[in-house]
Amino acid sequence: MFKKNLKKNNVFVTYAIVVVAYIVVEALLLTGNMSSLMQGLLVPLCTYSLCAVGLNLCVGYLGELSLGHAGFMCIGAFSSAFFSVVMQDAITNSIVRFIIALIIGTAFAALFGFLIAIPVLRLNGDYLAIVTLAFGEIIKNVVNVLYIGYDSTGWHISISSQQALGLAEDGTMVINGAQGITGTPHDSSFTIGVILIIIALIIVHNLTNSRTGRAVMSIRDNQIAAESVGINVKKYKLLAFTISAAIAGSAGVLYAHNLSTLTALPKNFGYNMSIMILVFVVLGGIGNFRGSVIAACILTLLPELLRGLSDYRMLIYAIVLIAMMLFNWAPAAIVWRQKLKAKFKKTGEEA
Amino acid sequence: MKKKVLSLMLIASMTAGLLAGCASSSSDSSSSDSASSDSAEAVDGEVFKIGGIGPVTGAAAIYGTAVRNAEQIAVDEINENGGINGYQVALQFEDDEHDAEKSVNAYNSLKDWGMQILAGTVTTTPCIAVADKTAEDGIFQITPSASSTDVIKNDNVFQVCFTDPNQGTASAQYIAEKGLGTKIAVIYDSSDVYSSGIYAKFKTEAEAQGLEIVSETAFTADSNTDFSVQLQSAKDAGADLLFLPFYYQQAAIVLKQANDMGYEPTFFGVDGMDGILTLENFDTSLAEGVMLLTPFAADATDDLTTAFVSKYTELYGETPNQFAADAYDAIYIIKAAAEAAGIDPTMSAADIGTALKEAMVSVTYDGLTGTGMKWEATGEVNKDPKGVVIQDGVYVSID
Amino acid sequence: MSFVLYLINGISLGSVYAIIALGYTMVYGIAKMLNFAHGDVIMIGSYVSFITFSQMGVNPIVSVVMSMVVCTLLGVVIERVAYKPLRKATSPLAVLITAIGVSYFLQNAALLIFGANPVSFTSVVTLSPLKLAGGDLVISGTTIVTIVLCLIIMGCLMIFIKKTKAGQAMLAVSEDKDAAQLMGINVNATIALTFAIGSGLAAIAGVLLCSAYPTLTPYTGSMPGIKAFTAAVFGGIGSIPGALIGGILLGVIEILGRAYISSQLSDAIVFAVLIVVLLVKPSGILGKPMREKV
Repeated sequence: MFKKNLKKNNVFVTYAIVVVAYIVVEALLLTGNMSSLMQGLLVPLCTYSLCAVGLNLCVGYLGELSLGHAGFMCIGAFSSAFFSVVMQDAITNSIVRFIIALIIGTAFAALFGFLIAIPVLRLNGDYLAIVTLAFGEIIKNVVNVLYIGYDSTGWHISISSQQALGLAEDGTMVINGAQGITGTPHDSSFTIGVILIIIALIIVHNLTNSRTGRAVMSIRDNQIAAESVGINVKKYKLLAFTISAAIAGSAGVLYAHNLSTLTALPKNFGYNMSIMILVFVVLGGIGNFRGSVIAACILTLLPELLRGLSDYRMLIYAIVLIAMMLFNWAPAAIVWRQKLKAKFKKTGEEA
Repeated sequence: MKKKVLSLMLIASMTAGLLAGCASSSSDSSSSDSASSDSAEAVDGEVFKIGGIGPVTGAAAIYGTAVRNAEQIAVDEINENGGINGYQVALQFEDDEHDAEKSVNAYNSLKDWGMQILAGTVTTTPCIAVADKTAEDGIFQITPSASSTDVIKNDNVFQVCFTDPNQGTASAQYIAEKGLGTKIAVIYDSSDVYSSGIYAKFKTEAEAQGLEIVSETAFTADSNTDFSVQLQSAKDAGADLLFLPFYYQQAAIVLKQANDMGYEPTFFGVDGMDGILTLENFDTSLAEGVMLLTPFAADATDDLTTAFVSKYTELYGETPNQFAADAYDAIYIIKAAAEAAGIDPTMSAADIGTALKEAMVSVTYDGLTGTGMKWEATGEVNKDPKGVVIQDGVYVSID
Repeated sequence: MSFVLYLINGISLGSVYAIIALGYTMVYGIAKMLNFAHGDVIMIGSYVSFITFSQMGVNPIVSVVMSMVVCTLLGVVIERVAYKPLRKATSPLAVLITAIGVSYFLQNAALLIFGANPVSFTSVVTLSPLKLAGGDLVISGTTIVTIVLCLIIMGCLMIFIKKTKAGQAMLAVSEDKDAAQLMGINVNATIALTFAIGSGLAAIAGVLLCSAYPTLTPYTGSMPGIKAFTAAVFGGIGSIPGALIGGILLGVIEILGRAYISSQLSDAIVFAVLIVVLLVKPSGILGKPMREKV
């Protein structure tokens, strides 16, 4: 299964799907055939696809379960939004500002990913998962009590309260504790999102097809064997985890620049979100990046398309999620699907 | 194999999504929320289309549900009495799960439906995100309960509730004027915009008023079940007044734990405390002597309140809270402004927005949550908070 | 003095975590799965008890038993419908994701059935609080009952596992499913039994959780659930005494951290301690060290 994914033509099919989807969407936008709801969903779809690709690198190729990727998203979002809000007047070109913000957000997420990976990767399995969850929650908790502002005397920072900053009358709050950052410029766009997805896909495909990628996969399949043939397990694990965190961070940048308000709530940057990203990865197929993008799109669109159901919306969503999981993963369902496929092929040949 | 299935699913979902996208303006209005089905058929240009946004699922569902119910009552009443400027009103309410991104989705979905006026959103963070969108589109927005000042930074957004700074300042002044306490302890939710916003202003004003804050402790959304440490800290500091700027679900636990440990300061709450007496199965003797500033009291005896409360209780089987009252007022405020502006549903959403925005500053409205309510051009409401104290399980005015 | 008080409060909170953690750790030990829906089963159990005890006025013991019956059935049904078909899936993550789906389902079903408004839970424990040191130290009845029950349940579970056939079967299944099957153990029945016991415990945990912290909403179970899971990992997941120790320690750290370090950062402190413990002892306090197979 994994080997098949690595074939070159398969990779290009993935790019082709993304490009075709982009062209179709742009065409619909130009002809005015797209509803406001769909237009508003374009950037979130890119955000979650990116996140899923990032996490899949960690789960699918490194073989380590991370429940803290929302934390990296949070770091990417806050560091980049901080930059954009402060530099909003200094850099007026939104593309330039966004690119710098993107670099900052991604770099910060990568840095934290690297620092967290050093202790975390000493653990295994579910213990590793729970420690990443813990880091994610710590990040969210700290961001929620972070107060940063500036006035004529310079920058002030506190982790207790707004008053502790001692801002002068002319001071401006940039990060205001639980109230987060408001007034982030809308620099994200669907085009940027799609470009980021393609870049992320190129990076992960190249990584997994390179010497490094094979080393990482050998670690996943059998760490002891990998060590015994002289692979520097630690180095490759760190590398893969850091890149994975960086991609999640870039998704955070996209998220932050799509909304004018940024707060670290349990809903958007808590473990719930980390788990949601994991759902995309598992539903789309572990180690299958194209699947991640598709699953992220389906599961982000689904609750919006169910809006007509009113109160039953989230209940139906849960049922559909369970059903899709059973359909995609249950051994019995897989056998049934193969039978069905064989039948179709047969009738197709006869006809 | 799996990929093929997924690709098929992608194609199916994309097609479904796009179809839904194209067809949404027609299909959504017919198969719309059950809430709006009993009102007039939503045909463009013949009815006013009012949208509502708030959390009806997720941990904040209680607020969104209250707002949705009350807005529906108000719209039905208006329709029975001949509508606004002779036109019927259609209401559509969308869920945002108390999430900024979902809220923008809800807003876009309402736009596809043809919304002309927005009565939402319910909670602050999503409201800031949506307020940016309504400003872009020029749609008039009145929020029943999003109380941060960031919400009203655009000139098309108005509030029914007090702003957070306003509440914090008013509370400190009230405590100082009435001499309710000298040593004050504060417990607040540091992960919540509303609570930390009130706390920040309260602290500044309390110092200005010469009140001594002896203990300040916080909790977060992830640890809001146990308050023993916060209470112990207040008790050890000898606080005689405990200021609780947060919602009543947590306040109910605070009161119980304080009672368990035999700590009896004066409890002083804000409008989020309203609802504690109607909390199902709550031992109201625990709330004896609790003071709060609230614009609305469900057991007030004026005609407007009793009519609203009895109607709400009859329809939804529970006593309305302050969110419901704010939402009910919001719809009637839209009516008042619409009548002052003389708008009709054939106008575009942006034109209605401009007209209502101009009319709002001239409107004076008497409602459930205050009499003689007036609005600044900034969107902030002018009304006086009422101080009440709980005695024998009911609100009694302190003034 | 206040330190002792904080310690007692920490133990109260921890005892609730511990009793929830027992359910997590049992299911994990046998099914090797993180049952994310456990917290929501707790919530359902609390609602059943609330309706029967607070609204219908049933005897508290009967009400707890009814709630246990409902939760046990629920646990078995969930296992049968959502988890069992995935037991032989190629990745253990598949069943984890389904558990999340079940968790969403239970929350939203409860939202539709019971409504979004919170209810105030009447404590089923009528034991009067224990007053020490001239009334300065108060230990609530709920705390005493929770700790005692926690110990009793732990003892019963350990005896059950050591002394009964079904318990031995559980142990065998947890060691090696295939080998257990070869030995003639009905693996499906054993796993179903584990879910039944775990969910029955969830009902007791729910009642005690809501007796101690009386506000009940459809989302009441999720945060204590995740913290109890953390506690189970802390103590060494799969270990029954580990769940008790992990739970109590987590509660004590949370309270002391809040009291002496920062009330705003208490969550971060708890998780930071967890990270440090796991780095020192990678499989928790009482966990079995994992062997690496070549």
